[in-house]
Amino acid sequence: MSVLVVRSVSKSFGSVPVLSNIDLDIDEGEIVSLLGPSGCGKSTLLRIIAGLEFADAGAVEIGARDVSRLPPGARNIAMVFQSLALYPHLTGRENIALPLRVRRMSRLQRILSPLRLSASVRTIEREIDDAVDDLAARLAIGEVIDRVPARLSGGQRQRVAIGRALVRDSRLLLLDEPLSSLDAKVRVQARDEIVQIQRSFGVSCVFVTHDQGEALAISDRVAVMLGGGIAQFGTPAEIYRNPASLDVARFVGSPTINCLEGIVDAQGRVHTGGFLFDTRLAEPVGRPVTVAVRPEHVRIGPAREQPGHMLRVVRVEDHGHDGLVHLALGDGGALSLVARSAQAVALRAGDEVPVSIAPEEALYFSPAGMPLGPEPVRIADYARG
Amino acid sequence: MTARGSRFAGLGRHLVLGAGAVLMLLPLLWAVRISFLPAEDVFSPQFHLLPSRWIGFENYARALTASPLPRFLLNGVGVCLAIIVCQLLVAIPCAYVLAKARVRGQWLLWLAVLVGLVIPPAALALPLFIMAAQAGLIDTYAGLILPWTISPLGIFLLRQAFSRVPDEIIEAARLDGLGEWEILVRLLVPAVAPAIGALITISLVAHWNDLLWPSVVVTSASKATPPFGVMLFQVQEIGSDYGPLLAGAIMIAAPLLALFILTQRRFLDGMAWLGSK
Repeated sequence: MSVLVVRSVSKSFGSVPVLSNIDLDIDEGEIVSLLGPSGCGKSTLLRIIAGLEFADAGAVEIGARDVSRLPPGARNIAMVFQSLALYPHLTGRENIALPLRVRRMSRLQRILSPLRLSASVRTIEREIDDAVDDLAARLAIGEVIDRVPARLSGGQRQRVAIGRALVRDSRLLLLDEPLSSLDAKVRVQARDEIVQIQRSFGVSCVFVTHDQGEALAISDRVAVMLGGGIAQFGTPAEIYRNPASLDVARFVGSPTINCLEGIVDAQGRVHTGGFLFDTRLAEPVGRPVTVAVRPEHVRIGPAREQPGHMLRVVRVEDHGHDGLVHLALGDGGALSLVARSAQAVALRAGDEVPVSIAPEEALYFSPAGMPLGPEPVRIADYARG
Repeated sequence: MTARGSRFAGLGRHLVLGAGAVLMLLPLLWAVRISFLPAEDVFSPQFHLLPSRWIGFENYARALTASPLPRFLLNGVGVCLAIIVCQLLVAIPCAYVLAKARVRGQWLLWLAVLVGLVIPPAALALPLFIMAAQAGLIDTYAGLILPWTISPLGIFLLRQAFSRVPDEIIEAARLDGLGEWEILVRLLVPAVAPAIGALITISLVAHWNDLLWPSVVVTSASKATPPFGVMLFQVQEIGSDYGPLLAGAIMIAAPLLALFILTQRRFLDGMAWLGSK
């Protein structure tokens, strides 16, 4: 069952369109990332889902209920902000308890509760305390729960923020780049923690990030957002291996995918500046085609059946477990490629090496950026399959 | 050698600072000195640094009995308290809207605040007096309090402070289900406590020491605030008897001094907080 459905949502700020016709559908217990470069509208979409902005057109449904016109507090969602947005003068316990106090007590009770007048309020207070203790223990912050945020470490603060979000049993958790404030090492750890917490609480997540490594690593599905629209919505594998457009192929993957301009010949093969791709494209002769090749599919070394090309090594980046080799043909740099190779360490700038690319590992795109293929993969089947 | 050099440098620094402090305090010390002088010493042709005879607190006793000084002090406390409470009640919501809301015509309101900030209070004394007279507020507490209930400086200070609170905190509170008033009172006011402290201090000093407006709007001693009361009392009762006069002046300055010494750290924190923004 869908926890969140976004139906043809559009939004513009003044005359600047930010989102156009966004559709999104998120299942129970799923982590979905909104991945895109800054300015692609991913944060705006998240804010529309949260109710912090209102869409110009379209609808947002949470748990089969149209919430498009409801204020954020009435949507039964939780959100972890980029800055975490903990209340600085409240302790961790008070931060986590606040949403519960709002839900379980009337405004008057909240104001008068420090006076400890009524027995029923005291009972509610005790229940809230117990619930917070419980959650704090599950998040392993029981020891530090009574400190104010300024006296917590980055990771602890993040767990308090997640605790504040989880405490009200929302079915949907929104995360707006919650890891961007952490340094690289803590980041990976915090990322794993979020996944673990999410799995153990079974809550659905929408996770906004501009970091594709993060998105591909933790998501069940990724929505790649480019220029205010969803360019592709699929599993990480699908997005990496079968990008829906050249733009998606270029955006996802690091380093960026290699692109070669080529022409289709009579047999459906593609000729590029240096390479011949022996494939069978169902395209007319003379049609220009863009061939995109992931760096790990550029092979360095003597080819078995493919005719290899001698390219010059321009620069080598050693990444330890493997390396990147920047290659060029000729001096003018008419052709330049990046290869990911375990043998990178053995190469030096200026070396001439044979390079080959298997045609079945390359991706082919029309001039409009649409994928072409001898045997098109049906994305819908792949996604559900 | 270096240790001795630095010790001399330290000594020099402290001498300079100490001299500066004494220079600053000199008028106050002089007032304290005169408040203990018997009447004949003040005008005697010979200079006496210390009183020629010890009269104890006689001048203080005269200041307290010859004028209703306790009444002045009480008036001062009441008027300042009322002004500060009203200023906060007006400035907090107003500053919140100016800092965080998106309202049509907001800039006009902000402009009005800035204009209010640059107009000296003295320039307003006459129009305010005419308005107070027409409203029948001459020689009333309301006349002393009402003109100062809206403080452009207060709105300005708090607006700047609220602008510094991240929007995400307010949004998180909205998601948590808090209403706008609760967000303001429970989350934002504690977050800008230093600015509120600074505003209270500035306002307290300004209105406790204000002489101009009380002298315009108050005619009877029963409504006088301390500085104006002391002035009345100088003219009417004591004439040029400076001993009791300065004893009175010291007594009206004492509450502020005591408050400052007690809250010195917070006061400096508040000012440093304003300065660093």
